[in-house]
Amino acid sequence: MPAVSKGDGMRGLAVFISDIRNCKSKEAEIKRINKELANIRSKFKGDKALDGYSKKKYVCKLLFIFLLGHDIDFGHMEAVNLLSSNRYTEKQIGYLFISVLVNSNSELIRLINNAIKNDLASRNPTFMGLALHCIANVGSREMAEAFAGEIPKILVAGDTMDSVKQSAALCLLRLYRTSPDFVPMGDWTSRVVHLLNDQHLGVVTAATSLITTLAQKNPEEFKTSVSLAVSRLSRIVTSASTDLQDYTYYFVPAPWLSVKLLRLLQCYPPPEDAAVRGRLTECLETILNKAQEPPKSKKVQHSNAKNAVLFEAISLIIHHDSEPNLLVRACNQLGQFLQHRETNLRYLALESMCTLASSEFSHEAVKTHIETVINALKTERDVSVRQRAVDLLYAMCDRSNAQQIVAEMLNYLETADYSIREEIVLKVAILAEKYAVDYTWYVDTILNLIRIAGDYVSEEVWYRVIQIVINRDDVQGYAAKTVFEALQAPACHENLVKVGGYILGEFGNLIAGDPRSSPLIQFNLLHSKFHLCSVPTRALLLSTYIKFVNLFPEIKTTIQDVLRSDSQLKNADVELQQRAVEYLRLSTIASTDILATVLEEMPPFPERESSILAKLKKKKGPGTVTDLEEIKKERNSDVNGGAECTPVNASTVALPDSPPQGSLAELVTGPRPRPSRLNSSRLAIHNLQTGVPCLFKGFFTSESTPSPSADLLGLGAAPLTSSAPPPSSTGSLLVDVFSDSASVVAPLAPGSEDNFARFVCKNNGVLFENQLLQIGLKSEFRQNLGRMFIFYGNKTSTQFLNFTPTLICSDELQSSLNLQTKPVDPTVDGGAQVQQVVNIECISDFMEAPILNIQFRYGGTFQNISVKLPITLNKFFQPTEMASQDFFQRWKQLSNPQQEMQNIFKAKHPMDTEITKAKIIGFGSALLEEVDPNPANFVGAGIIHTKTTQIGCLLRLEPNLQAQMYRLTLRTSKETVSQRLCELLSEQF
Amino acid sequence: MIKFFLMVNKQGQTRLSRYYEHVEIHKRTMLEAEVIKNCLSRSKEQCSFIEYKDFKLVYRQYAALFIVVGINETENEMAVYELIHNFVEVLDRYFSRVISSNGARSGESTNVPSHSEQGWTKY
Repeated sequence: MPAVSKGDGMRGLAVFISDIRNCKSKEAEIKRINKELANIRSKFKGDKALDGYSKKKYVCKLLFIFLLGHDIDFGHMEAVNLLSSNRYTEKQIGYLFISVLVNSNSELIRLINNAIKNDLASRNPTFMGLALHCIANVGSREMAEAFAGEIPKILVAGDTMDSVKQSAALCLLRLYRTSPDFVPMGDWTSRVVHLLNDQHLGVVTAATSLITTLAQKNPEEFKTSVSLAVSRLSRIVTSASTDLQDYTYYFVPAPWLSVKLLRLLQCYPPPEDAAVRGRLTECLETILNKAQEPPKSKKVQHSNAKNAVLFEAISLIIHHDSEPNLLVRACNQLGQFLQHRETNLRYLALESMCTLASSEFSHEAVKTHIETVINALKTERDVSVRQRAVDLLYAMCDRSNAQQIVAEMLNYLETADYSIREEIVLKVAILAEKYAVDYTWYVDTILNLIRIAGDYVSEEVWYRVIQIVINRDDVQGYAAKTVFEALQAPACHENLVKVGGYILGEFGNLIAGDPRSSPLIQFNLLHSKFHLCSVPTRALLLSTYIKFVNLFPEIKTTIQDVLRSDSQLKNADVELQQRAVEYLRLSTIASTDILATVLEEMPPFPERESSILAKLKKKKGPGTVTDLEEIKKERNSDVNGGAECTPVNASTVALPDSPPQGSLAELVTGPRPRPSRLNSSRLAIHNLQTGVPCLFKGFFTSESTPSPSADLLGLGAAPLTSSAPPPSSTGSLLVDVFSDSASVVAPLAPGSEDNFARFVCKNNGVLFENQLLQIGLKSEFRQNLGRMFIFYGNKTSTQFLNFTPTLICSDELQSSLNLQTKPVDPTVDGGAQVQQVVNIECISDFMEAPILNIQFRYGGTFQNISVKLPITLNKFFQPTEMASQDFFQRWKQLSNPQQEMQNIFKAKHPMDTEITKAKIIGFGSALLEEVDPNPANFVGAGIIHTKTTQIGCLLRLEPNLQAQMYRLTLRTSKETVSQRLCELLSEQF
Repeated sequence: MIKFFLMVNKQGQTRLSRYYEHVEIHKRTMLEAEVIKNCLSRSKEQCSFIEYKDFKLVYRQYAALFIVVGINETENEMAVYELIHNFVEVLDRYFSRVISSNGARSGESTNVPSHSEQGWTKY
């Protein structure tokens, strides 16, 4: 091995460095540096031409000074001169300097690029290597623009040396990562794939890294790499431990290359070719077998390298998810690691097993390790390992072991690290809900959660338990009894008071027959907590009290006394004061019939995705909550068995009023019926019923105290997936009780379709305008994501009240398009503009567009407007440039009749070439010039990005000027996409 | 992919840093400080992988020197863990003994590798 310090030493540099090191103070160092800078400057400016050695030495000194943290403003030219030296050491220092101090000075860049070009063409492997390293180290877009076309040629040229090929592959990878648009795909790609067969393992390693990255974006182009990677892998795993010489690491043949090859294979589904598939299975079996063989070395390096390959092989097995035998073997192997003495292995085993748990083939096998995992939870000394154990328990949970797992998690929660408590709480809440056969178990679990980790129970969790209790009448009595008992603890968490207050307010009557929980006792129990609670909780309790007035007329006066007390009526908090005043008044003036109606039991909540799940997703990032769909399905069928009532649905009227039956009778000594409702006039009931949720929401909601009910309806942090109409009002109440129109979505506003079409090819503009309101849009899209800013402008001088925009997606659309937004301020001042941001994620291709419904009160009238929101499939286009030959080749590949969609239509606008071009570009595809033999025709290409897949699209538009007609042809790999794009684009011309 | 590669001493000073993705200089300092804090606070029984923001840290300790690699989900933790060791062996072989003065002062505002006095520990 060469020693760097020897050989080409520069004495002057060494002296300078040791001077600097000997400086006693910062000042002395600066002084020494300034002296040196002056010296170098005079040398560079001097009349005498410097020789290469001196130039190199001074440039080196400058570099050293720069690295010490001082600015360097000269010497660049000398460094660039060194680039053209023919001596390696001089050239190397030149490259080192410009790699570190690259300057965007255009004059120099031209010179530098020129020098690099010369070196790349020099056929001297050392010089080529230096140039490639410099390009990669700088890695800027400018470098990519200048050299991205050149490097593939070097990479695949037959006479390129191995070391240069290696550098070229890595250099290209670097440029592709920073500026993929400058790296043209072409003939070279198929030749790069063949580098996997190269004799030199260094070349293979570099090529594998490059191909893996390229294949992720262009899977089609690199499909042939699968069989080559399999055969290379097979040769490696079957080689004797010394065959590969330098590439054997502690008796493991080429471990890093094996890992890379296994990664590359994870870009693709299992090979279709039976022979290739068989060979791969053999490889994977060999790797699994080797894990069982006695180690060839006792060194930890040996086992580490071997295990790295093993874990990657298991990842591939999980990715393919098709060979039950391999999956079970992988699971057993991981099971062994779960008990290994190396923490790293236990951690990785837990992590891999988590993904294995979601495969149908290995789920059962994973479950057999439950005891080990539970034990890990108790004994692991590393929080990140325990965290993995929690994740795995969550993943392996199903109906058969849910009770055990939830119990263990609750157990662990008592001692869990603070950093992961909230997540465990969410997981327990989800599992308890998902696998609840018996809802009394669910209620117990959640109350336990609040008891053990009340501070970590987020609002979503306790909202959810209320949602479920309200929607399931078989658990209401039990819930009331349980919260009542839990509240008797001398110190209970405020969240429990909230749940208790809410549930007793709704269902306290179900346990009032028992003298131990008589109305007065219930009330006194709740009121004993009142003074210890925060304002929002107190506000909620006040609502409970007014509900008690209705449920238990006999304690009405007691409650009125409380409401009337100075501490309520004159409370410093305006919200509490207002509630006390309003409730007191309500209890005094309203007849029992009115009270019974106004304070009726809350109607069932519309079913929608659990807000808890949304929260967990947000915490963990998308993609980590793997079995979302499943959870959603299960919950829909299990939890709310068909209870699809919305608050405004007339069926609310018909809600069973009967008390719970069966086992509950044993728990409570006889429920009391609710006070009967006014039922003299059907219509009156209907109207009043409609008003109830609104009215109650009015009581609950205010700026300072967001109400559970309002948030549960989907306006909170949860993604907006509900198609239910929005809760209408927050302000004046009694007017609303009789306004039938509220909460009904208006039909589309006139002109909405036309406006919608205008946004297909553009992203910004005015979507809707009438005398009152203007809606503007600004949006941007990247790959499968987008963000839309909606601006609502009040054109009048009067305030809009209860301003509520809602996004409505059909069920079908909801599954392909994920929209998230936050509610806007319900008041829009005259002349003001409010903004709402919608985050958009395209899951899969879709046909319809979401509806934006806006409701507000202007003066005395209720306004209700609906428009189509222009979120269309083509927004997720990424343009693709390609040559004529490529275009027609692909065009032919998509010749299946379902893949093509054609439309012949009359021109609606003047047929202007430039406008048409702009529209095609605005549509999102690339406009390909000089592709179609007929120059009058337009062709375009692009890729639609959705979360699940990417769909390549080709289009061709043929105008016929004489007939004033167009023929539009779309070819994509997916029928629905061809159809939708054709529809959208046909409207544009 | 590998996002960055750090060599840090026990005092928390960065000795070498290499970024494979652009990170602004002032953010690097903050990132390094946090990364180091995370590694230094761990005991020998804890595993060598730490989830940190949206990537993972893989680290190894050689006497007073920590080597920390930031990776994303496309890398194999174990392979990177062993790569660190391979890297150390190469350095050791190449420089035979890594020596120099402890240029703590010069390391303050720079990216220069300053070598630890005791050299690489043998294992």
